[in-house]
Amino acid sequence: MTNWLHHIPILIVAVPLISAPICVLFTFGANRKAAWLWTLLVSWFAFLCAIYLLNHVLENGEISYHLGSWKPPLGIEYRIDLINAFVLLIVSGISAVAVPFGRLVVDREIEPDRQILFYTSYLLCLTGLLGVTITGDAFNIFVFLEISSLSSYVLIAMGVRSDRRALTAAYNYLILGTVGATFFVIGLGFLYMVTGTLNIMDLSDRLMQLADNKAVHAGYAFIIIGLALKMALFPMHVWLPNSYTYAPSLISIFLAATATKVSIYVLLRFLFTVFGFSFDFIPLTLTFIFLPLAIIAIFFGSIGAIFQTNIKRLFAYSSVAQIGYIVIGIALSNTIGLTAAVLHIFNHALIKGAIFMAAGCLVYRVGKLTTDSIRGLGKEMPWTFSALILAGLSLIGIPTTVGFISKWYLLLGIMENGWWPLIPLIVIGSLLAVVYIWKIIEVAYFFPAPPDRAPVSEVPIELLIPLWILIGCNFYFGIQADITIGIAKEAATILLDNRP
Amino acid sequence: MLAAILDHYNYWLIIFLMMIGLYIVVSRGNLIKKIVGLNIFQTSVFLLYITIGKVNYGTAPILTGQPETFSNPLPHVLILTAIVVGIATTALGLALVVRIRESYGSIEEEDISVSEQFQAESEVNKISS
Repeated sequence: MTNWLHHIPILIVAVPLISAPICVLFTFGANRKAAWLWTLLVSWFAFLCAIYLLNHVLENGEISYHLGSWKPPLGIEYRIDLINAFVLLIVSGISAVAVPFGRLVVDREIEPDRQILFYTSYLLCLTGLLGVTITGDAFNIFVFLEISSLSSYVLIAMGVRSDRRALTAAYNYLILGTVGATFFVIGLGFLYMVTGTLNIMDLSDRLMQLADNKAVHAGYAFIIIGLALKMALFPMHVWLPNSYTYAPSLISIFLAATATKVSIYVLLRFLFTVFGFSFDFIPLTLTFIFLPLAIIAIFFGSIGAIFQTNIKRLFAYSSVAQIGYIVIGIALSNTIGLTAAVLHIFNHALIKGAIFMAAGCLVYRVGKLTTDSIRGLGKEMPWTFSALILAGLSLIGIPTTVGFISKWYLLLGIMENGWWPLIPLIVIGSLLAVVYIWKIIEVAYFFPAPPDRAPVSEVPIELLIPLWILIGCNFYFGIQADITIGIAKEAATILLDNRP
Repeated sequence: MLAAILDHYNYWLIIFLMMIGLYIVVSRGNLIKKIVGLNIFQTSVFLLYITIGKVNYGTAPILTGQPETFSNPLPHVLILTAIVVGIATTALGLALVVRIRESYGSIEEEDISVSEQFQAESEVNKISS
């Protein structure tokens, strides 16, 4: 038994990967429900594995798993410390609640004969995201990043049944995503050229002595730009709004909550573990490039959100803003700032998961999601809209919600660095969130329903349960915050440990 | 100076290809041409890795029993994976272009954005009417 548990680090990736081709076999019976059930089981299995891994790491410290028993740095190593165990939990946890929600909305939004392939791509996307997070090999990150990206292009394009713009959204994401991933590989090439290793720990050791090497500097620049593209940091966010808007609901939930977060995790890994402040201009790029971009992202995203008439698009713009908050936490590069960043990765996954789920409920009932089509719906769909508003409050950062916790830590981090001018900017950013959330409340509750609209009923309980589970998490981790704060603090300490 | 350039001619070639590819992606409005540009861009990276792996006077890394100098096989293996990724990307990109042409009747970015604008405006008009 213990022997089997020892292999969990590989199983959490290998099981979704192998189950994807098995899922294709359901095409022979044209059994859509079995494919969904299969995806559900795999997601739950991954979630259980992630819980086990996090527990194990909390109790016994880092896990280093050697693939095929080949010793690192020659063999591939899966290295799990607190940070990636936490991100694994986020990815698989969101998948575990999103898939139960998915059956009805997928039935509505995807052609019946494509649904099995849809679930197959979904499993591949899950594999990719889990793989990027767990691996301790830099080239492996690229491969898994591409697995998750390629499958997400497919998944986004499947939104074509509701709107043909899903195709162009997927195409643009494909072009930019590939450019980003290729930049990342060029960077890795430069690092490999001077160090001769791809293992992250080994890289980090060897880079310590190579602080003045020009190739390392070039590699650093390529990797940072590539990852910034993948995580949609302003001004490299252009692929994001359309992708989230026109993707099928299940995919909007899953990608909005996890995909950009995983790229941020990789950025954290490279900035702090691999490069680990081994040369002087890393703090400079954080302060003079990342920080300004993050502030612009907050304002651009929030103001952009205010002017949207499509609800999903509105929240896609707000995602651009939220990435800004996380990047500010990274740019502070003190323990509290990084705690805020790690916390917000988790908290924002909960918030955006819940919001896009509520949006999915609306799509299920109303179809197109313009601010006009939800007029007066607040009374007709009370559970969906109250969930949307509670998640919105969490997005703004009202006390007792998770959004408050991460913003509070962000402010503490800013005070520690003494960057006072940032504080009003963060507060104004949150006020802008109030504006766009209020816009939805106003339309849904205070506008009369158009007289020609047939009465709309509340969505089935099958959709409400996952939605309210996420809302519950938003408040549970907002009140019982010590669990997540404890993990995030320790994660931040691990990240900064490498600092000379 | 000139010797430094000539000694590293393949790196210069790689940079040249890389910039050509990226420039095509950015500047062309034709969706197929963008994918061609992307391909050139990716290929330059393959060449970069293979150049890294080359050892002077090295042969293919096959054990023959005689003492020989081998090229580093690891970059080759890595790039094999990257080539597969590149092919998948190209295939998916082209498939998307086919679908885009079916629904928009064009593969020129300008035409597509015009008809998307039109679609967005008609949605807004529906709201105000």
